[in-house]
Amino acid sequence: MCTKFILALALILSLPTFAAVKVTGAGSTFIYPILSKWIAEYEKKNTDSQFNYQSIGSGGGIKQFIDKTIDFGATDDFMKDDEIAKVGSPVWHLPVTMGAVTVAYNVKGLSEFKLDSQVLGDIFLGKITHWDDAAIKKLNPKAVLPSTEILVVRRADGSGTTAVFTQFLSATNAEFASKIGKGKSVNWPVGIGAKGNEGVTAMVSQTENAIGYIELAYALNNKLNTAKIKNQNGEFIAPSEDAVTIAANALTEADYKGDLRVSIVNAKGKGAYPISALTWLIVTPKPGDAKYDSLKKFINWIVTDGQKMSKELHYAPLAKKFVSSVQNKIK
Amino acid sequence: MKKYYYYLLRKLKNIIFHLALYTCATIVLLPLFLIIKYVMTKGISSINWNFFVQMPKPVGEIGGGMAHAIAGTIYMVTVAGLIAIPVGLTCGIYLAEYGQGKLARTLRFCVDLLSGVPSIIVGIFTYALIVMPFKTFSAFAGGTGLSIIMLPIIVKSTEEILKLVPDHIREAGLALGLPRWKVIYYIVFKGSLSGIVTGIVLAIARAGGETAPLLFTALSATHLSFNLTEPMASLPVQIYNYAISPFASWQEQAWAGAVVLIALVLGLNLTAKAIVHRQIFYPYLQKMILVLGLEKRKNI
Amino acid sequence: MKISNREDAVSLFLMKTMAALVVAMLFALILLLFKVSLPAIKTFGFKFITSTEWNPVEDRFGALSFIFGTCLTSTLALLMAAPLSIGVALFINEVLPKRLGNLLALFVEMIASIPSIVFGLWGLFFLAPWIKTLAAPWLKLHFGFLPFFNGPSFGIGFLTASLILAVMITPTITSVCREVFKAIPPLQKEAALALGATRYETLKIAVLSPSLSGIVGAIVLGFGRAVGETMAVAMVIGNSATISASLFSPGATMASVIANEYPEASGLQISSLCFVGLLLFFITIFINGLARTIIWRGQNKWRRV
Repeated sequence: MCTKFILALALILSLPTFAAVKVTGAGSTFIYPILSKWIAEYEKKNTDSQFNYQSIGSGGGIKQFIDKTIDFGATDDFMKDDEIAKVGSPVWHLPVTMGAVTVAYNVKGLSEFKLDSQVLGDIFLGKITHWDDAAIKKLNPKAVLPSTEILVVRRADGSGTTAVFTQFLSATNAEFASKIGKGKSVNWPVGIGAKGNEGVTAMVSQTENAIGYIELAYALNNKLNTAKIKNQNGEFIAPSEDAVTIAANALTEADYKGDLRVSIVNAKGKGAYPISALTWLIVTPKPGDAKYDSLKKFINWIVTDGQKMSKELHYAPLAKKFVSSVQNKIK
Repeated sequence: MKKYYYYLLRKLKNIIFHLALYTCATIVLLPLFLIIKYVMTKGISSINWNFFVQMPKPVGEIGGGMAHAIAGTIYMVTVAGLIAIPVGLTCGIYLAEYGQGKLARTLRFCVDLLSGVPSIIVGIFTYALIVMPFKTFSAFAGGTGLSIIMLPIIVKSTEEILKLVPDHIREAGLALGLPRWKVIYYIVFKGSLSGIVTGIVLAIARAGGETAPLLFTALSATHLSFNLTEPMASLPVQIYNYAISPFASWQEQAWAGAVVLIALVLGLNLTAKAIVHRQIFYPYLQKMILVLGLEKRKNI
Repeated sequence: MKISNREDAVSLFLMKTMAALVVAMLFALILLLFKVSLPAIKTFGFKFITSTEWNPVEDRFGALSFIFGTCLTSTLALLMAAPLSIGVALFINEVLPKRLGNLLALFVEMIASIPSIVFGLWGLFFLAPWIKTLAAPWLKLHFGFLPFFNGPSFGIGFLTASLILAVMITPTITSVCREVFKAIPPLQKEAALALGATRYETLKIAVLSPSLSGIVGAIVLGFGRAVGETMAVAMVIGNSATISASLFSPGATMASVIANEYPEASGLQISSLCFVGLLLFFITIFINGLARTIIWRGQNKWRRV
């Protein structure tokens, strides 16, 4: 008697709940803090949709999107043409936010730290191994640098953050470009691999004399010191939302041909932060599909109302020209 | 004289040996207590009623809970059990009763292999088998992955328990004219129920603590759901995701989750032990029930 | 008579179908792994096992660093755990009074029931800082001349992973050893005691020597468990495909690299990862088969006596 009741209950509970449209997405860890906030805020007002986002890395998001196991992906490194071809149907990249990839470090007493791409590339190539190396001293003459080894932390999983970081280093450090190249997953010669922005942050904050690349929100939320990077103008810029906005605004019509797969890394312009990145949501348009319609409404909300929450979580609000492009695309 | 020294040397070796054994035992027990103490101190402060009934809150907001993960683990382990228990029991009975033929030997070999397969490979297999063709992460895939892990444990323990039943009991049943399957079911199987239940409880405990098979199959979720065809959160995966995050509030939640998970798995294992040694436990249990006034004394 | 035969035939048929299903599922698993790793096998062939390169950008993969990582961590874990586990098994069976012995056995089995993810978390947040701040400097101070203790210590790496694996395989080795020790006829022990042996000598002569094959089998089973462990190792090993003599350096094992890279791998990388998985599978089969043969032969020896 009891067992029959339990079985009936289980059967009822396992029936699909038709109350809300459920949309699943996965991808970038870069966007995770603000996307989870957007989902929470949006669902408060729109109870007819439920969004489930898992941060498994940009590479994971793209792969699951190609395998069609998720409804939308999020990535900091746009899909290549051959990847888009694998999907079979048209793929739209819709930028929703902008952020900075910072170089965070954990050295006692070092509050201001300047780096340029040559030195930074050499650190991640393993050529510079100690904090008091001459090249570092040259950039930071007044800093007190310990003589300990540099503990490099990088990503173990396929990451859009890695793609942006390696893109910057490849563009400006020739040896890095030839030895390592750029991509979501590269063959790092040194360093320990941590999982996700979260893992690198945890590693750097817990390990003295460590250095790693993480997204701005993660660095600020965990009170990690970040380095000032030299941009194309010759200035050493600290990562901040405004510096990212300047980098995005420096993009001219010529660079940006209407295909929203653009990069704002190494932007020219006074005060621009060189390692800035756009994050895209990748969707396949399916007009009439309930999930796609919910997603459309959500994305519209993100690029308009959602942007108000950007600064509080240390993301740069999406540049106006991208907002209008996205709205036009998903009309 | 020499004999005396030799005798002392033997005594010395004996004492050193005993010391070594005591040291071994201490070293082996040390990590156990360290781990439990560490998890408890970090997690116990975040355990409150909310933890068990609320959903997680976004970054920056304190509070929230892992209700969806706890429910998800229970749900997926149940699904796994519904698949693995019938299959496992049948195979175990087959091996114990008809265990000589070629099929039986192959089955035994395969079950041994399955018990040694790393859980990550079970995850990959389930991903390729269920997630990719149906194009969605689902609780069903998670349950299937867990059932593959539960299966060898159930089969082996059932086989061992049933083999302990002496042959003359089976012969007695057959001599009374019962068909073989009735002998197996009503006499052998029902007689060894406690041992079989122990095996099942151990398998459930093992499945509840597994992470790798669920990573690629059930993914995870941020909402409570009982839908087989959608991603579902589970306690180990949720703990993993939260613990490596750099947000302090989430890390505290992860430790609380770890306390709940350990309590669950440990509790199940101890239950299994209690079932086996119930002769020792039942008197204490009865005394406790009387003391707590839950059952009236029969002789008053 | 005929009815019984029919009923029995039906039940036997059902049981055989289930058995065949399970066997088929295992074959499906192996075949699927094989199918997905076919591109990698065709591209790299035997070189896969001898190359240390793991370059997703240029699609060049080799599993040697992972095989090295697996072997190193498992062997080190075994070296640490085997003497301790055998000692504990002897302690429980022979030295302690029955009740205390059962209590200790209960505690050892509780180690086995701690989920591997909790081990990983404990390793990452407790053991790794401890190694970085206390153990590594001490080791470097006293044994720094050995190549095993060179280089900086992040806290995570081969040493930490081996320590955690050692804790995890202890219950396995202990329980099998206990079974083996219980199976020895008490006559041997009584004979040794009657001749005036101390407890140490009794155990050495009458318990350890005869069950040597069983102990070896237990050790091999523990090795198999260490080889397949995924989550705990993935969290504390540092995920760097390097081969290094230093125990402090980060590395990767076959199981950990699959766990870390599978979610976003595609194309040749997925194929290579499945090839690594296939290799891991065969190694596990080999080790488990070896263990069971050794134990089985050892037990048969006793049956003849």
